[in-house]
Order: sequence, then C-alpha cells, then structure tokens
Amino acid sequence: MKPADRVAEVPPSGIRRFFELAEEMDDIISLGVGEPDFAAPWAARDAAIASLEQGKTSYTANRGRRELRDLIGQHVDDEYDLDYDPDEEILVTSGASEALDLAFRALVNPGDTVAVAQPSFVSYVPKTIFAGGEPLPVPTQREDDFKLTREVLEDAGADRADLLVLCYPNNPTGATMTGEELEPIADFAREHDLAVLSDEIYAALSYEHEHTSIATLPGMRERTIVFNGFSKAYAMTGLRLGYALGPAEIVGAMNRIHQYTMMSAPTTAQYAAIEALQTCDDDVAAMREQYDRRRKVVLSRFEDMGIDCFPASGAFYAFPESPWDDPGEFAEALLQEEGVAVVPGTAFGAGGENNLRVSYATGMDDLKEALARIERFVA
Amino acid sequence: MSDRDEVLAILRENARYSATEIAEQTDLDEDEVEAAIRDLEAAGVVKGYQAVIDWENLEQERVRAAVELNVTLDRETSYNDVAERLARFPQVQALRLVSGDYDFLMEVEDDSMREVSHFISEKVAPVPEITQTVTHYIMESYKEQGVDFGDGHDDDRLSISP
Repeated sequence: MKPADRVAEVPPSGIRRFFELAEEMDDIISLGVGEPDFAAPWAARDAAIASLEQGKTSYTANRGRRELRDLIGQHVDDEYDLDYDPDEEILVTSGASEALDLAFRALVNPGDTVAVAQPSFVSYVPKTIFAGGEPLPVPTQREDDFKLTREVLEDAGADRADLLVLCYPNNPTGATMTGEELEPIADFAREHDLAVLSDEIYAALSYEHEHTSIATLPGMRERTIVFNGFSKAYAMTGLRLGYALGPAEIVGAMNRIHQYTMMSAPTTAQYAAIEALQTCDDDVAAMREQYDRRRKVVLSRFEDMGIDCFPASGAFYAFPESPWDDPGEFAEALLQEEGVAVVPGTAFGAGGENNLRVSYATGMDDLKEALARIERFVA
Repeated sequence: MSDRDEVLAILRENARYSATEIAEQTDLDEDEVEAAIRDLEAAGVVKGYQAVIDWENLEQERVRAAVELNVTLDRETSYNDVAERLARFPQVQALRLVSGDYDFLMEVEDDSMREVSHFISEKVAPVPEITQTVTHYIMESYKEQGVDFGDGHDDDRLSISP
C-alpha cells in the first residue's frame, strides 16, 4: 500500500523541521506562532460549556445552525458590507481551512491553474494539488509592501489562470490592501474571467484602514468566495469554526462535499460562536488594541536595529528582512543561540526568500525580551 | 481615541510603563505621552498609582472588611458630610455611596481583626448619622482591580505554527 501520487507529490510543510528543532528546546520565546496568545473570550467559552451541560451534542444542519448563519450574515453586513443569504450563501465549516478545501474541490477541474498570491499561508498550494489543480505562484514584492498588484499578476502569467487565491490582511507578511488597491485586482479578475478565493480570516485585524472585501467591488460578488471564521478575531483556533460566503451555486456545491465528509461543523463550537457574535465585540476590540500596540513596538524596534521591515498593517505578523542572506540559517542560529523562534520566509512560498515571519501574538513582556535578544544577536 | 484616552488605557493596564515604553506602543512621542500624563493628573482624572497586592502571598497579616453602612440624614447633614468624616480615617481604603439596601459600602483595612472591629465599634458606629453597620470580613480575594489572582491560562500553543 502506498499513498496516492497527488499526496506523495506534496512535500511536508516547510516549517516542519524547524518546528521539531524548536520543540526540543526548553524556555524559548516563540515569535513563530500563527495563532492568538489570548484564550477565547470567557462568554464564548461559558456558552460552549452551558451547551454541553444542556446536552446539545447532536449534529446540526449541514450548513450550520440557522441562528448562527443569521448572525454571521448580520455581522459581515455590519462590518464589511457583505450581503449574503443565510439559507443558500453561507456555509459554516470546521475552521476556514475546511471551507478553503471545499472551495478548491468544488471549483477546480483537473489541470486548472490556480494563481496563488505569495508569500502566503502554507495550505493553498497543497489544497490546489489535492484538488487536481496546478498551482501558479504569484510573488508579491517588498517594494510594493507585499501588496498584490496588476504587474505581478501579469508577470507571473496569471491571466491564463482559472482561479486566484489571495489573503489580506496577510499571513505571513502582515500586509493589508485598501479598496482602492484591490480595484486593479478586481479588474484583472473580471478581464481574465478568474474566480477569486479571498481568505479574510484576519479581516478584524486591520490597523491602518477599514478592511475591504474584494467581493464588494463591482462585478466581483458572483466570482468570489470569501472565507472568514472565529479563529483569529475571537481567539478560537482550537474550536475549529469558520465559514464561507459566496454565490448559492458554489456554496451549494461546497455543501455537497461538506455533507459527505464533515456532516456539520462542531456543535459545541457553534454555540460558542453564537455567543461570540452576540456579546464579544468588546473582547475583539481589546485584543486588537493589544496587537496594535505590540505591532508598533515591533516595527519601532526593528527600525532601531536597522533591520528593514515594511510597515505591516494587519494580522499579527511583521515580515522583516533577514539580517543574513539565508533566513533559514539565521532562524536556526537565533533559536540555538538566543532561544528565540521566528519562521523563515521561505516556508511561505515565493517572494519571502529574504525574510522572516515574526509573530507578535505573544505577551508584551516576552515580546520585548525576544526583541532585545534579537538585537543582541545581530549587533 | 484622544492622546489622553490612549495613554489612560495603557496606564490602567500597567501604570509602571515609562513614557518611552508608552510612546513605543502608540503613535505618540515621549513628550506627548508625558504631556498627556501631566494633563490627566492636573485634571484630577488620575488620582494615584498603586500596586495590586495579593495579601495571601505575604507573611504579614492584613485584615480587610467590607462594611455596609446605613445613615439617616437631616436638613443640615448630607451624604458628603458623612463621607468626608469617614474618609479621613486611614483604615478606610474605599468608600462609595451605593444604591440598594444600604447607603455606603466602605472597605476597611488593618493589621488584625481586633483592630478592625475596634475601629468599627469605636469610630464608625458612634457617628450620629450612622444607624447600622454590617461588617463582612474578607476571607479570600480572587480578583482585585481587574487583576485575576488565578493561575491564568498556560500557553500550551505549539511553539511554531503556520
């Protein structure tokens, strides 16, 4: 027995080796974590506990509890002007990750080309391959502050792609894009008839401007699937709850796969999410404020150290240039000498070859200590 | 948020941050932070800065009590008059006029139960306007000034994740 070719073809995650190295060491300060350092708001956890006490442990509707879909519909309308019908256009999933996988499988035909704006979250390329598509990396550039532009799409040959995947606010760069900056991308997608998968899991963490979804631009709603969830904004990563928003036909197709694979998203998490949407806005705002303060500290410290770092404006990452030519070597040495973990940009695909991902989802004291150690290490 | 509000939010979280540290976390420079703090103090918004103490972890004993006070007022005496008189005692840590079954909620602190009891019976109860006192000795404190005395939550995240 051996794994199917399409699985064998996908290499293990680029951070795997580094992860093993870090796990072996005691007392490290990790700036390598891609999830919030906060626990989920207590009200949401309390609601999850209460639902268990009441024996709410059955499946829900495939698409998720109706009450939750209504609240999601209301929330995305209030926050981002996204207007989706809870009956047919909203699908609740096990994390935005599941929703993304469903979208690839629902949209990609064998041999289809999937343009992926990079550096990016590690899963878009493997998911493309699992769905039988061919990934086309589109490297964004430091001089564009890692924003996606029409030029880099053209240079990469994305005009011949069938799908475009983008994620702003971005993991790993912390880049964000304004509505104005998204317009040429929307034009490009319309001109070349691209479907767009817009991963907006960090939408609530945009510090310099309001988040704009590309789906709200003219002619984009019918060709875009939007992904969001509770992991980042509500610090609920382990509860595994996300959702997709899109045209009824595609969301219906995604739901067909979902009903045969997942049945329904975790019920307990759905109860937590209902509470989160109803009462946890202040918690989200408080966490955002903390991240924003840490972001300012990180950016100002890198500036003091003379390390080039573009002004990251979203998510909880900064993406400084590696002080050494090889960010992998630098990260490994920093870990071994100073006990500070950062992730080499190479783990996130094209465009990040010279950079390091520095997560500031870490308490202020540890963050400052880690930055002081980096400063000492590069001095 | 105004400069003052921003600085105040940070001070509420940790009043020991230096102006430099606050400046680093905001778009303000050090002088602006210092000006905002001076402003907050001058306007009587910030009245002081204190440590949050879990007395359980100190060897030295400290007895604290929450005391309900009922008062009867007349034309010449107001709540303020009673409050001013009580607040002068150094044993009184907090004094608040509250709604509900009693008028004042007073927090008292001293070195022993005997001293607290003595203070209530000798200094507080005899005040002519005070008609009733109910003293609740504090047995255990779980959270003070927004600081949870529990173990907090362990960071059990994977050290590296995508």
